[in-house]
Amino acid sequence: MAKKPAAKTKTPDAGNLAAIDDPDFALKSLQEEFEKNKTFDASEEQMLHFYEQMLLIRRFEERAGQLYGLGLIGGFCHLYIGQEAVAIGLQSALDNDRDSVITGYRDHGHMLAYGIDPNVIMSELTGRQAGISKGKGGSMHMFSTEHKFYGGHGIVGAQVPLGAGLAFAHKYNEDGGLTLAYFGDGAANQGQVYEAFNMAALWNLPICFVVEDNQYAMGTATKRSSAETRFYRRGTSFRIPGMEVDGMNVLEVRQAAEVAFKHIREGNGPVLMECNTYRYRGHSMSDPAKYRTREEVQDQKEHHDPIERIKKTLIEKGKSEDALKDIDKGIRTRVSEAADFAENSPEPEAAELYTDVLVEEY
Amino acid sequence: MATELKMPALSPTMEEGTLAKWLKSEGDKIEIGDIIAEIETDKATMEFEAVDEGTLAKILVDEGTEGVAVGAVIAMMADEGEDVGDVEAPSASAAESSDEKDDVEGEGKDVGQEPSEAEVTETAEKPTRSPASDPAIPEGTNMVSTSVREALRDAMAEEMRRDERVFVMGEEVAEYQGAYKVTQGLLDEFGAKRVVDTPITEYGFAGLGTGAAMGGLRPIVEFMTFNFAMQAIDHIINSAAKTNYMSGGQMRCPIVFRGPNGAAARVGAQHSQNYGPWYASVPGLIVIAPYDAADAKGLMKAAIRSEDPVVFLENELVYGRSFDVPELDDYVLPIGKARIVREGSDVTIVSYSIAVGLALEAAEELAGQGIDAEVIDLRTLRPLDKETVLESLKKTNRMVVAEEGWPTCSIASEIVAICMEDGFDHLDAPVTRVNNADVPLPYAANLEAMALIDTASIIKAAKKVCYIEE
Repeated sequence: MAKKPAAKTKTPDAGNLAAIDDPDFALKSLQEEFEKNKTFDASEEQMLHFYEQMLLIRRFEERAGQLYGLGLIGGFCHLYIGQEAVAIGLQSALDNDRDSVITGYRDHGHMLAYGIDPNVIMSELTGRQAGISKGKGGSMHMFSTEHKFYGGHGIVGAQVPLGAGLAFAHKYNEDGGLTLAYFGDGAANQGQVYEAFNMAALWNLPICFVVEDNQYAMGTATKRSSAETRFYRRGTSFRIPGMEVDGMNVLEVRQAAEVAFKHIREGNGPVLMECNTYRYRGHSMSDPAKYRTREEVQDQKEHHDPIERIKKTLIEKGKSEDALKDIDKGIRTRVSEAADFAENSPEPEAAELYTDVLVEEY
Repeated sequence: MATELKMPALSPTMEEGTLAKWLKSEGDKIEIGDIIAEIETDKATMEFEAVDEGTLAKILVDEGTEGVAVGAVIAMMADEGEDVGDVEAPSASAAESSDEKDDVEGEGKDVGQEPSEAEVTETAEKPTRSPASDPAIPEGTNMVSTSVREALRDAMAEEMRRDERVFVMGEEVAEYQGAYKVTQGLLDEFGAKRVVDTPITEYGFAGLGTGAAMGGLRPIVEFMTFNFAMQAIDHIINSAAKTNYMSGGQMRCPIVFRGPNGAAARVGAQHSQNYGPWYASVPGLIVIAPYDAADAKGLMKAAIRSEDPVVFLENELVYGRSFDVPELDDYVLPIGKARIVREGSDVTIVSYSIAVGLALEAAEELAGQGIDAEVIDLRTLRPLDKETVLESLKKTNRMVVAEEGWPTCSIASEIVAICMEDGFDHLDAPVTRVNNADVPLPYAANLEAMALIDTASIIKAAKKVCYIEE
């Protein structure tokens, strides 16, 4: 698992005594259920699909970093490299006909996980008319209402109450959907997150809150910013059950999603899941990442990489290395096409400056 | 084919940098993710990471070189299976052509610069449109004396009957029947699913309401007063107002944020502020601030039906005042249209919300002194009905703006700017602002009265622009 500062005690621990006294208190029931079997029983086909999707995110993000270096992408650009297993593990478990997703500004991976065309994502990064937001949103502000993906939000933590609102709509409409609301370990310290926890639990909303703990809020390590670094415990005072998950293992993330989503769909209200993960690149493209050692990053890449892990499993199951290399080649070609498309697409028409400010005319 | 390694842009502002150190030598094999070099930018020393695999064939820029332009080729890399010896540095012409490529109009670094900027001002004129007029009220329509409070409640109830997606949320809106009784009776009729009491958590429930609107519902979010909405203003502006634009028109946010705004009575500075100018400055929002009951009703119905986020500013001191409201099945008024409340020919008093009452009183008194004042109620602060204001200026040539709120960067300031820019030739006197004193609102009764706008100061300003001595 990515997180390793202090050793973690096994549940039940002192913090869970209240739960033991109160049979209705579901705080640790989910973790217990999850601990029974932490690995999703994936078919080879599913595993190959996870591998392919994670690799697409990785290659896409590498290319985005390159285009940024060439000046084709401007402003802020937050890459998802290292965290791929979180979005793929969770979103592969969704019912795309009814569930919704919302996240912060590190959003490219979550969109690719939906199978959204890399061309329109890359074109948004380069600020072109063909971009998914017509070039008016940029890296941090992308949406696909068609896929029930509600952004792409630039204000740290804002997506959490917005996500609770999406869940409120699922409940109000009785459509059986749930909301997956991602936020980072940095956002976990925003007050509005707890305002949302309170209302979500109070109104029994169908929402899975996911802390993508990549260990650093920009340059601040979790232990320097957070009195409680085990974020899954932070729902306790709102009676929200927590789950602690290895976010570098796609099969574990997927299994955690199975347990959490079942709990939510049965009408039991919100779940708080902590996925421990690691970002290999800086916070954004302009971050020199001097707050951690090269060895620490190298260790994560060598021993915890989510893509290498599933690749190893696939090879153990008899898949040939060449076949996997062919997949990589195909993805590189696809990403190159997206980059070429994004570079050669025209910028938005000048007339777009004044469109979409309001929906109606007054 | 060999790959060119170019000087990367490592920050949003970087144009050139120093190649501080090469960490790989010619002939070294490069894996994806390897750090090839260290580069000093205007902000920090950054690592240059490989995004392709291959072999470093030729270093073209020595370490220690300063002022290396972003995009300049700094090294050549041989791809898998390619002989390092075959790799050549790009010829001058090749380098030139790659430079040229960076300068292709409308691409890369020149984005948003000449000559396209000049074009923008020429071709991207903001479209203008005349606002619709109020619907005609059929002759013989029964007029019913209704308080503003009841009119607002009736509007919400009618819209909730009409559209299942409409719901109300806020502090004390349900069981308590509304802190100011605006939501009285709604819980009984519509139940707890659609009339939702929230915890005291403005930032949270404004965000939750906004998310619900994005998810397809039509929330009416009540703030007990707009003073408390300052805790929630991030969601009103960053989440509700900007998302439609940022999503290229994909993601709508049909929500109404409503509640009392402006000074109440003797509640001190933190509970007494007019946020009209704040919200009216934000593109992507509709801002409505009605005065009388008929406008409150007709505009609240329009606000709930709008596909856009609306900030609906009420006034606690006006809730209990009664006005005639036409008894019609569906009385909906156009957003963005001002109303001439009193016709006149000598001077125009532009106003909105509670100050409209003061302006009307002032006009009555002025009439007694032989000055015929026209009074305009803006009703909507964004989009502002410039046309009605300028038409009236054309007629009277003199204008006063009466506003219960601070003078600096106010709606009054905006009206002054509009008259300067588009009505200069019609002005016979400078447009004059009548606002509250530029201080936090004091508690003491005498000081409070001195700080707030009153009829006398409007009369004084109207006479001044008519060049009549007191």
